[in-house]
Amino acid sequence: KHIKTLETRDLSQSVKNGCGECQTSCVANQPCEKTNK
Amino acid sequence: MVHQYKLNGYCIVLDTYSGSIHSVDDVAYDVIERYLTDTPEEIISYILNKYKDRPDVTRQDVEDCLADIAALKEQGKLFSDQKEAMITAETLKNRPTVIKALCLHVAHTCNLCCDYCFAGQGKYKGEQALMSFETGKRALDFLVENSGSRRNLEVDFFGGEPLMNFEVVKQLVTYARSIEQKANKNFRFTLTTNGVLLDDEVIAFANREMNNVVLSLDGRKEVHDRHRVDPMGRGSYEKVVPKFQRFVAQRANGTYYMRGTYTHENTDFTNDIFHMADLGFAELSMEPVVCSPDAPCALTKEDLPVLKRQYEILADEMLRRKKEGRPFTFYHYMLDLSHGPCIYKRISGCGSGTEYLAVTPNGDLYPCHQFVGEKEYRMGDVWSGVTNTALRDRFKLCNVFAHKECRDCWANMYCSGGCAANAFHATGDITGVYEYGCELFKKRIECAIMLKVAELETETF
Repeated sequence: KHIKTLETRDLSQSVKNGCGECQTSCVANQPCEKTNK
Repeated sequence: MVHQYKLNGYCIVLDTYSGSIHSVDDVAYDVIERYLTDTPEEIISYILNKYKDRPDVTRQDVEDCLADIAALKEQGKLFSDQKEAMITAETLKNRPTVIKALCLHVAHTCNLCCDYCFAGQGKYKGEQALMSFETGKRALDFLVENSGSRRNLEVDFFGGEPLMNFEVVKQLVTYARSIEQKANKNFRFTLTTNGVLLDDEVIAFANREMNNVVLSLDGRKEVHDRHRVDPMGRGSYEKVVPKFQRFVAQRANGTYYMRGTYTHENTDFTNDIFHMADLGFAELSMEPVVCSPDAPCALTKEDLPVLKRQYEILADEMLRRKKEGRPFTFYHYMLDLSHGPCIYKRISGCGSGTEYLAVTPNGDLYPCHQFVGEKEYRMGDVWSGVTNTALRDRFKLCNVFAHKECRDCWANMYCSGGCAANAFHATGDITGVYEYGCELFKKRIECAIMLKVAELETETF
């Protein structure tokens, strides 16, 4: 086995699933309040 | 777009537009590097020649590796198409936004005279000033009125030194709590302090009311005291460190972090981070100084490779200390890969000027705390609201799409086009690019992802 893939949020899917509930930031490690509920 | 790098013994492949991260071995690393330019036969020939001393690397093995890569490509996890993962600038422009957070400058004055302070010793190019309760109360009402149906509202008490106006801070928290239920809001407060005025009353209040506290400490005594001095020129390390230690020890509910600043004079800043960890602080950040390029403490071009290496040393030491059972966190290395931000957040950025505003002691509104004092960036005030809507629209469009340099950068889904204030101070334009900051950011992201890969590979993180 040459490749291990980490579990990550699929950004292309997130085009569909922008709710705006996240906090402002001062971005890459910003938790998504929707998926973390 | 794919980015490949090797760090700390790991071979890492990032797929920008899907957000996928792969930990690979040397063979797969080389195959992926050639996947789009060479034929399968050319790749097989190259790999078998390069690894001819390894009996485990066979033709069948390389063919299997090619098949795995093809499957990942088919799944959209490698060499993914930008079009599938992209929203348009027009979508962002038309997206309704509400105000989520305010930075309340309750004190434009300070009891320290740090010569590197971006806020000019807290006065922001103006006069000393304290925010009145009435102005702060109006700011909180303005936030409630302009936050739509959003329940959680963030309010930062900032300065200068906010504890120089502690009575008003307490009054504003009491007022906010009194309107929460009726307005169906939940205020989440943060206090940023230099620690000089911390006492038992402040600690008890902050531990009861503040969701987070940001404590300013630069690390080693000689480093901290070089810049963080009182009006008499005396260093503040001995005064604030015991107070911070007492504060953090009593902070059972709610988070904190130590925020340091590094300069040209301590490019070995990891030693300052380790010093803070050794003092018992476990949530740490250390940021590059923001100052005029002519200042003696300004970072130089020659410093850049040294600083990048420091971030690698930091990541390595964090792994080591984790294994030893004495971990600490670093602000920029805390990635949430599986429940992190969506594409909208990643492209639109921090929210300055649209979702986040700074309020001066007299009630003026600015896009963020780092624009306060720049008269052309005044957006309105808490009584009339945002009157400079053209400026607000400029910030709404200040995202990845606004920077042509960002379009082909592998890190654009991690940095969102960077900090508008840094761009403004470096180039005079919020849509400019602060390249020095980009270089540091990319190194930090590479290190942060390496730590996640190490977690997968060793399950020690």
